[in-house]
Amino acid sequence: MSAARTHVSNDQLELLSRLVAACGPSGQEEPVRQIVEPAAAPFARSVKTDALGNLLVHCGNPDGKRVLVAAHMDEIGIIVTHIDDQGFLRFAPLGGMSPQVLLGQRMQFANGTVGVVGIEHDENMKEPKLERMFVDIGAQSAAEAQEAVQLGDAATFAGGLSVAGDQLVGKALDDRLGCWVALQALQRLHAEAASLHHHVTFAFTVQEEVGLRGAGPAAYAMEPAVGLAIDVTPTGDTPKSRHLPVALGKGVAIKVIDRSLICHPGLRRLLIDTAVQNNIAHQHEVLPYGGTDAGPIHLSRGGVPSGVLSLPIRNLHTPGERARLSDAMAAVDLLVAVLKTPLAFAAA
Amino acid sequence: MLLAELSEAMGVSGHENEVRRIIRRELDALGLSSETDALGNVLTRARSAHGSPDAPGAQRQAPRVLVTAHMDEVGFIVSRIEESGVLRFKAVGGIDHRLLPGKAVWIGPKRVAGVIGSKPIHLTEASARTQAPEAKDLYIDIGAKNKSEAEKAVSVGDFATFASRFETWHDRLFKGKALDDRCGCYMLLQILKKAIEEDWPTEVHAAFTAQEEIGLRGAGVAAYRVDPDIALVLEVTTCADTPGTDPHGQSTVLGHGPALTFMDARHIPDRHLVRHLVATAERHHIPYQWKRTTMGGTDAGAIHKVRGGVLTASLSLPGRYIHGPSALVSKTDLEHGLALASAFLRELPESWPHLARVSNEQTNVRQERAERE
Repeated sequence: MSAARTHVSNDQLELLSRLVAACGPSGQEEPVRQIVEPAAAPFARSVKTDALGNLLVHCGNPDGKRVLVAAHMDEIGIIVTHIDDQGFLRFAPLGGMSPQVLLGQRMQFANGTVGVVGIEHDENMKEPKLERMFVDIGAQSAAEAQEAVQLGDAATFAGGLSVAGDQLVGKALDDRLGCWVALQALQRLHAEAASLHHHVTFAFTVQEEVGLRGAGPAAYAMEPAVGLAIDVTPTGDTPKSRHLPVALGKGVAIKVIDRSLICHPGLRRLLIDTAVQNNIAHQHEVLPYGGTDAGPIHLSRGGVPSGVLSLPIRNLHTPGERARLSDAMAAVDLLVAVLKTPLAFAAA
Repeated sequence: MLLAELSEAMGVSGHENEVRRIIRRELDALGLSSETDALGNVLTRARSAHGSPDAPGAQRQAPRVLVTAHMDEVGFIVSRIEESGVLRFKAVGGIDHRLLPGKAVWIGPKRVAGVIGSKPIHLTEASARTQAPEAKDLYIDIGAKNKSEAEKAVSVGDFATFASRFETWHDRLFKGKALDDRCGCYMLLQILKKAIEEDWPTEVHAAFTAQEEIGLRGAGVAAYRVDPDIALVLEVTTCADTPGTDPHGQSTVLGHGPALTFMDARHIPDRHLVRHLVATAERHHIPYQWKRTTMGGTDAGAIHKVRGGVLTASLSLPGRYIHGPSALVSKTDLEHGLALASAFLRELPESWPHLARVSNEQTNVRQERAERE
């Protein structure tokens, strides 16, 4: 395991902070897209937004092998379904939102409105149900609430990124850290353009958390020869955690399998070999649940050999997701290194 | 009356023939040619005298718009015929099993009459009396004396629906089975008629879809073939405006206008498109409401992910007691739904530039793909 300190500029850390702080629940990813687009444009041949809101960033040789690298912009949250006469908001979950985690949290809307999640009084508080919760934005009537929030508006956990050396803590590192890794790789590939022979499209996708909905159409449009997703993965290194092989700080995790795909074995071998050759800290990931954008990508059109670079993360889907900068930089190193290879690998 | 005929037609998922026949007859009467695809979707389009958009793949001057409604309904399929002559069955689509005991059904195209039976209450254990029997403990009684007599009338694989006549109550409510989504089919036929009669500048592609109730299966295939830029799904949705429901649990309210959706279990519509529908309703003073729960899915869940992605929205009429024998839909909701969908479609060529924030990019992606191919 390499513990080498990877240098990350203050500008790049500031970009990660802005990505994490942005309010981008599934279906309402505009604030994230508005950060990613200008960060990507200087290093891209072209940047486009498709019908669903996926941001497609093209770089490399337009006549080369087509490679799709997906990282999702959206995060879990809640969506307002009702505003009562007293100005309290009822809501439905967007993505895998745990009632236990949600209760008492501060939630932010894209326009800056902040609310707190409360619950109807009940003698049995052991199983808090989302149907009994509400968001209190401090309004005293429906009319006052409606000045700030409309039905269909969505909110995310509030709060920014904490950085201490290698340690990262914040909401939405799933998958803004993946977006950031993709942007770092894009920038580095731009600097080393002569050694990139493929037509690489970075897809910053929408609606992953509600069912991997954005990546399929992006893959259909780009018709790639190889697909990669950059996403987070839960670790098994906390007290009495699930039995998961991935640990924080042990490098980028190369996925073998999750509920959405079995990674192409040839591509996975290429990722491992590339990591070994370049002294990049890496580990193997087997996840018995969950899915990533690589799921729909590998089933697009006639099938796409696909793999996943995973970023180890603790406290997934909470306001306190914890990750390591060095793991993210290992992912950047591996992504850049593998994209510079001919991407030749054995068939499945 | 066309809506009555559509409601009473039998069209359990995968067996939409009767509905298809009515729709094709109506399309013929409008002078529209149609095709039925491999899954049983009926596809047609009302060409505009103002010119037709370009061929698939080419850059489009006008958006290609697809409007859909599903033909199929929830129902039952006969799974076994007992020696005694009673029929065991499985539900097709989401049916509340608490509704079933004692309901009359029609079986197969010959509409054999049956009634759903269960163990009489005085023969049940005390513990079973507080719970509704599940479908597996129920049977359909067609009055046959034994298996061989039953087999003369029905066979395994026959489908069945609730036996329910369409009625109009107080000239303001429609009552019947399968109003989900025969009301949508009815609206779509009216839209095509208006598009022709009023010479809309919009070319309207239409798909009457199959197998929605068992997992949105027909619509994706139909949308793949049409390759639209925009899709509008006409639906009937739940309406929990009944006693004992908290306001925040009421998905829609009967008579308060067609419902727009900001999210359901299978789809998050494009915000710009939904805002545009709201603006259209407000401009034309058409009442509308929000669907305030996020359960369930419509054909939009399949359509929006087709090919490179489709801007999709759904417009739903509130329906009490849907997926049962006697759903109730408001006549004015239907009229307002038709008015809103029509205004949106008629004005689409003008409004397209306002929606084109993402759609032009979609055209670019499409173009790039066409160049590559």
